[in-house]
Amino acid sequence: MHRIACHECDLVHDIPPMPARATARCVRCNAVLFRAQANSIDRTLAWTFAGLVLYVVAVSFPFLAMKNGPIFNETGLLTGIQLLFEQGIIPLATLVFLTCVLIPLIQMLGLLYIFVPLKLNVRVQYAMPVFRLFKHVKPWSMMEIYMLGILVSIVKLGKMATIIPGLAVIAFGLLIFVLNFALASVDSHMVWERLEGGS
Amino acid sequence: MKPARTSALRLGLVSCSACHLLSRKPQALDHGITYCPRCGEELHQRKPNSIARTWALVIAAMVFYIPANVLPMTITSAVGTVSADTIMSGVIYFMQHGSWEIALVIFTASVFVPFLKFIILIYLLLAVQFKLVKQPKDLTRLYRFTEAIGRWSMLDIYVVTILVALVKLGFLADIEAGPAALYFALVVVTTMVAAESFDPRLIWDVVGEKHE
Repeated sequence: MHRIACHECDLVHDIPPMPARATARCVRCNAVLFRAQANSIDRTLAWTFAGLVLYVVAVSFPFLAMKNGPIFNETGLLTGIQLLFEQGIIPLATLVFLTCVLIPLIQMLGLLYIFVPLKLNVRVQYAMPVFRLFKHVKPWSMMEIYMLGILVSIVKLGKMATIIPGLAVIAFGLLIFVLNFALASVDSHMVWERLEGGS
Repeated sequence: MKPARTSALRLGLVSCSACHLLSRKPQALDHGITYCPRCGEELHQRKPNSIARTWALVIAAMVFYIPANVLPMTITSAVGTVSADTIMSGVIYFMQHGSWEIALVIFTASVFVPFLKFIILIYLLLAVQFKLVKQPKDLTRLYRFTEAIGRWSMLDIYVVTILVALVKLGFLADIEAGPAALYFALVVVTTMVAAESFDPRLIWDVVGEKHE
């Protein structure tokens, strides 16, 4: 039995040990208090490793190409950001870089930093601050919106030229799902208890 | 699950915003900064200065919203002619050229969502400040909704980035980001931070006070 307060309405609940995959909801405002996960550590690690592979592909391979007669222009995920930088629009370039490139990477590396030691039953320094950072950056990871932006751009330029999606777009699209599966496998309550109690 | 039917506030407990540990409220909490005994996060009974901070951010966002809509978002130069497009002129262009779905997506994400967020946040702020909470559950749902939709306003920023990358020098046309892009990014960031600064527990505090 443990006691927690709903983060959205502050009502105190006493929660009995929960079976895997069960969700505890606040009886007053219906907020999700937490979800217990089965095999949280193994599943999170598997999805995170898959995500990192896709990430490397998404960043390093051609993203979109534009063809208009003899002119062929190929771009990577970072090209637009780099061009915004060169145009002097640094805040904008930084925002796009953070939300679509850096924060997803921080999320994955953060998960590895927490879950690999949990799996190996060892303790590492700064595990708690890292997990806190991981929680704070979550709303600022926006790859799925970037994907919608790609669709809009393709329609917008469709009349001017042919747009050819590259390998990186596919990896990027898959990464959105894989990263979400990784995040959904995280059993936060279990992680905090294990970080607190020692391995 | 047996609820204690009381708020942590009234039991003299404080819940950590990061690890959700419920601990006895330290004496020092009212005077200075205290930290969660488990994870080290700063402890607060409620998000600090929630109402004032949310108001400030909403007002700032509403100010940024004006240049974001009036100034050009993209500047396109093609063989000698230069055209500047605002968000609305882009929407109108798509409507006239048959892609009404895209027009709708851009209008919703860039114009309607920020506007809706202003309305909902102001409504929540006034409800809490004037203690006019009749349906706390609905207000909480409204809050969750604003928190979830805000990020989708980033869409146009990404479209500009992708267009700039694809249509660059060497092409017949060249697209550059206009001044509105920066203001628009500020709208998205300030409304997101505003939604995060608002504490939904304040809604329930109003209800709790009435029952006493």
